[in-house]
Order: sequence, then C-alpha cells, then structure tokens
Amino acid sequence: MRLLRHPLVLAGLAILALLAIGEAVAPGFAGAGQLRSQFVIAAMLGVIAAGQNLVILAGREGIDLSVGAMLGLGALVAGNVMDGDNAMILAGLGAAVAVTGAFGLLNGLGITILRIPPLVMTLGMAGVIQGLLIILTSGRPSGRAAPALTRFIIDPLVAGIPGLVFVWAGLAVLLIWFLRRSRAGLNIYAIGTNQEAARLSGVPVTATRVLVFALSGAFSGITGFLILGYTQSVFIGVGNAYVLPSIIAVVIGGTPLSGGTGGYTGTIAGAILLTLLQSLLNAMAIEPFGRQIIFGLVLIGLMLIYGRQDRLRV
Amino acid sequence: MTEAAAPAPESRPPLRIRWALAFVVFAVFFAVNAWLQPSLLTARVLTSNLTSFLPLVLVAIGQTYVVLAGDIDLSAGAIIALVNVSVVTLIEQAGGSGGAIALGLAAGIALGILCGLLNGLLVAVLRLQAIVTTFATSIVFGGIALWILPQAGGSVPQAYWRGYAGGLGPVKLTVILFLVALGTAILFSRMRWYRHLLAIGGNRLGAFQSGLAVTRQRVISYVLCGLFAALAALCLVGETASADPLLGPSFTLTSISAVVLGGTALAGGRGGVIGSILGALTLGLINNIVFFAKLPYVTQDLVKGLIILAALAGGILGARR
Repeated sequence: MRLLRHPLVLAGLAILALLAIGEAVAPGFAGAGQLRSQFVIAAMLGVIAAGQNLVILAGREGIDLSVGAMLGLGALVAGNVMDGDNAMILAGLGAAVAVTGAFGLLNGLGITILRIPPLVMTLGMAGVIQGLLIILTSGRPSGRAAPALTRFIIDPLVAGIPGLVFVWAGLAVLLIWFLRRSRAGLNIYAIGTNQEAARLSGVPVTATRVLVFALSGAFSGITGFLILGYTQSVFIGVGNAYVLPSIIAVVIGGTPLSGGTGGYTGTIAGAILLTLLQSLLNAMAIEPFGRQIIFGLVLIGLMLIYGRQDRLRV
Repeated sequence: MTEAAAPAPESRPPLRIRWALAFVVFAVFFAVNAWLQPSLLTARVLTSNLTSFLPLVLVAIGQTYVVLAGDIDLSAGAIIALVNVSVVTLIEQAGGSGGAIALGLAAGIALGILCGLLNGLLVAVLRLQAIVTTFATSIVFGGIALWILPQAGGSVPQAYWRGYAGGLGPVKLTVILFLVALGTAILFSRMRWYRHLLAIGGNRLGAFQSGLAVTRQRVISYVLCGLFAALAALCLVGETASADPLLGPSFTLTSISAVVLGGTALAGGRGGVIGSILGALTLGLINNIVFFAKLPYVTQDLVKGLIILAALAGGILGARR
C-alpha cells in the first residue's frame, strides 16, 4: 500500500491507464508511431520542467514564471544564429543557452541579493523579456531552424526512436546523477529543506540559489532551441503555454512546491503523463471547451490523490 | 497540548509604513503622468481613468485577502471571464428587461462566490497546494466560459451600460463604486476576522494552535476573492457592453503585481488592501505614462516591463528599511 502512494508509482499507473483508455477510444493511440510523437512532445516539456524542478527543489517559495519568455528568447536567438544553416546548429544552441542562462542568472541575483520573492522577480522578468522580444522581432517570426536539426528531432534515429528522445534521456541521466551524487545537487536539497541549517553547515546558500535560477534559464533556452527545431519557425509568444505545465509536471511528479524533497525521475513521469492526457483529450471527439474542463478536473483529481499537504496539528 | 501558543503579535506600525510607501510610489507616477498629460488633472480625465482602472482595483482587493492569508488565487482572471460571459448570456436569454438585468447581476455575484468557495474548499479544506490547484480551477472556469460563449459577442441592454456610465448628479457611478470599495476595504480592515487573517498568514500553525479557525478564514478569503472578481466582471460588462471569454485571464497576474506593489508580502501576514488599491492605480498610471511618453510602439512593452520590475523591486527594498 505504501508503494502505491509513491508519486512515481502513481504517475506510472496513471500513464498505463491513459494508454489503455487511449487505445480503447482511438485504436492506435498506444501504437509505436503515436508513442514516438508523444515522446517528442513530452521531451520538450520535460526539458523545461527540469529547470523548474531545480528551482522548486531549492525551496523558499522557489518558482520560475519567466521560463516561457526565456523559451521564446532562446528560440529567437537560436533561429537567428542558425538561420537554416546545418553548420551552425551547435553555435545556435550555445548562443541560446548563454543568453537565457544570463537572464536566469539575473533572476537569481535579484532573488538572493535584492531578496525579491521569486514569483515577483520572475514575473517581472517575464514582462521585460516579452518586451525585448517585441523590439527584436517587431512581432514577426524571425530566424529559421537548420534542416538537420529538424530531422534529428522528428525522424527516427536508432530503433525507430527520434534523436530528441535520446537527448532527453541523456539529460535525465545527467540531472539525476547531479541531484543525487554531486555536491552542488545535494546542496540544492539542503537549502530546500532548511536554509539556515544548510548555511550553518557551510553550504554556499546564495551561490546555490543563483545556480538553480541560471540553470532554469539555460534549460528554457535549450527547450526554445528544440521547439524551434520541431516547428522550424516560432512566434514570440510560443513559450507562454509552457509556464504552468512546467510547474504541474514537477508537482504531479512528486516534488512539492515547498521544495527540499522529490527529484527529476518523477518529473519525467509527470511530463509524459501531462502530454498523454492532452493528446488523449485531443483524440476524443469532444469540443475544445470540453477537453479543457476535463483537463482541469483531472489535474484536481491528481492533486487530490497525492498533492495534499499535512494537516495542521495542535 | 494544554497551553495555547502565543497569538501572533499585532503588526500595526509596519502596516502603516507599507501603505505609505505604496502611496509615495503612486504619487510619483501620478506626477509623471500629469507632466506628460496635463489634461490628467481635469475631473473628466480623472474620472475616465478611474473607470478604466476600476476592474483591476476590485480584483486586486479580492486577491489581497487571499495573499494575506498566505495563499494565492491564480483563477481570479478566469472567474472574471466566467462571470462576464454568464451575466451577458443570462440577461440576453431572460429577455433584456430591467428584471433580467437584476437577475443577471445577482447571478453573476452568486457565481463568483461559488467559484471562490470551490477554490477555498480545495485549498483550505482538502489541503491542496494553492498555486497548482487554482491554476487547475482556472482551466475549468475558463473552459466553462468558452462553453457558454465560444467567442466574444453578445450585448447587454442599453439600460445596463447607460446606467453604468451614469451617476448621481455630477458624480459618476464608477467613482461612487470606487469609494464604496475603498470604504468597504477600510471597514473590513477594522474587523476582528481581518486581524485573524493576518495572524493566519503570518504563522499558520501558531494561529491554529491559538484556536483561530484557520480553515474557515482561508475559505472566506477565497470567497471574497471570487466576489470581488465577479464585481470586476460586472464593471467590465458595463464598460464594454458585451461579453468576451478571453478578457479575464490577463487580470490574474496583474492583480498579483498590484498586491505586491501595494506592499503586501506574498508569504502572507503583512500588508493590506489600501496598498493594493494604490498598486492597481499605479499599474494603470504606468500604462498611461508609456502611452503618453510617445515612445516608439515596439519599445512600449519593454519600457513598461522595466518600470514594473523596478517598481516591484523598489517597493520590496523600500519596505525593508
């Protein structure tokens, strides 16, 4: 029974249930071709949720509402550096990560040194970046993905699995290792659990907190780069649809918003779960508003199962 | 447990300081606006500004109660959307008479309260995390709004928007509504439950242990937020004379900005409604300033974003002195 209440087990069961329902509603839903495209979409949510995961783990009301704007910025920078040239793919990725990482760093500095609450700082930063995007593009789509990048992301690479999914898997292994085995990763849990205790035991609290926000920026930039590759050109508001889903993937993956506990394994399950749910609703022949209502109700249901906080005790 | 923990101490002095700071920020932006737009200081322009800021002022008041209790309501904008389309549709279906308008107003307010109650039950009674839960309910409310009215449209009878644009003698109805909202907020802040709300937001466990009805107070704060969001929606109907399911959502994050600009701590327990009202007015003035500064169109959003970020950061830094 205890095992059943583990977020990861629950998310896994929910994923299997969604696949079964999907197959019953729309035969072929759990087929290889469908699953492949599902995983590509889940990977993009999974990468942006990785940064969100680190920020939330570090606690102190950690949350990053600027990931969507940074995603748009990353896509814009990558697209203009690449401009359809296969030789510039890595340069495009590097430029996107450098720029969004720098904005993430600014978030971190504002939150630690000026002590602005994360929600306020990242909300304000999102407004600034959106304004910057309008100036840079005059509101028109700008920049093109390199054709090889698009093929890498969509087409099967090995054993019918697209390259993007391997990238996500590699990133996941790295991140899980980082969180469980590296000093910096353990520091994130330490400041998320009890910042004062962490400080007293010599954890560089400020540096760690700045790091998680910078990494969140970098992961948003990577996601922008990937989405650009997936859709070939993007509009500046592309990231807005990712902000709250990135938080929800983390929370239904078992990392509470209070931080200090959880990890990326659950977030992977959360990202897959959210993606399957969306696509199941799309596969069902119901009106868009009906899909939206069911989506919201399922989220509340998921939260009811294991997103509950402890009862206040005397 | 034989002895109750000490109740959270009163925090009157810092409360006033926060309010004063929000006022200084407001005054600075007001002066800049008046400098760029000399006609601001006429009664007509002041009234029309107040009319366009009123919906945000109302949502910001409601959001403040939730934030003071240590929670947050990301569904306020969706409640506005839902009430907006419901009221217009209901008045149309009921025939558009005076009675239909009264029915629409009452139903809109009841609907807002109901939405707030649902949020309160999920967050306070079932103990779900506020940010994610109210985001989920916002998806549901927004979906129902689209179900009722898939795209902007509909219209309310002339009596509705004529009445909204009217007034008592020379004083516009919107000015009266603003003053009533302000008066209600001041009245509420002198009541006992408001003190309890501050205590709960400041130290939830401590408040619970000293016997305060924590769960009930948190539900009440969500109900108030739903109520004020509904009032904002009714004002929007009066202003636009039609319904738009996509009009509401932008109010959610703006209302939180207004609350923070007003000096209320997002962690709960410190701040107040008057600050939020000033914060909402300040955000409206920033829009005016960016418009009247005659900046190139493409740079307006960046300048606005930078001013808001600076004002938020400045307010938080100033409050700490």
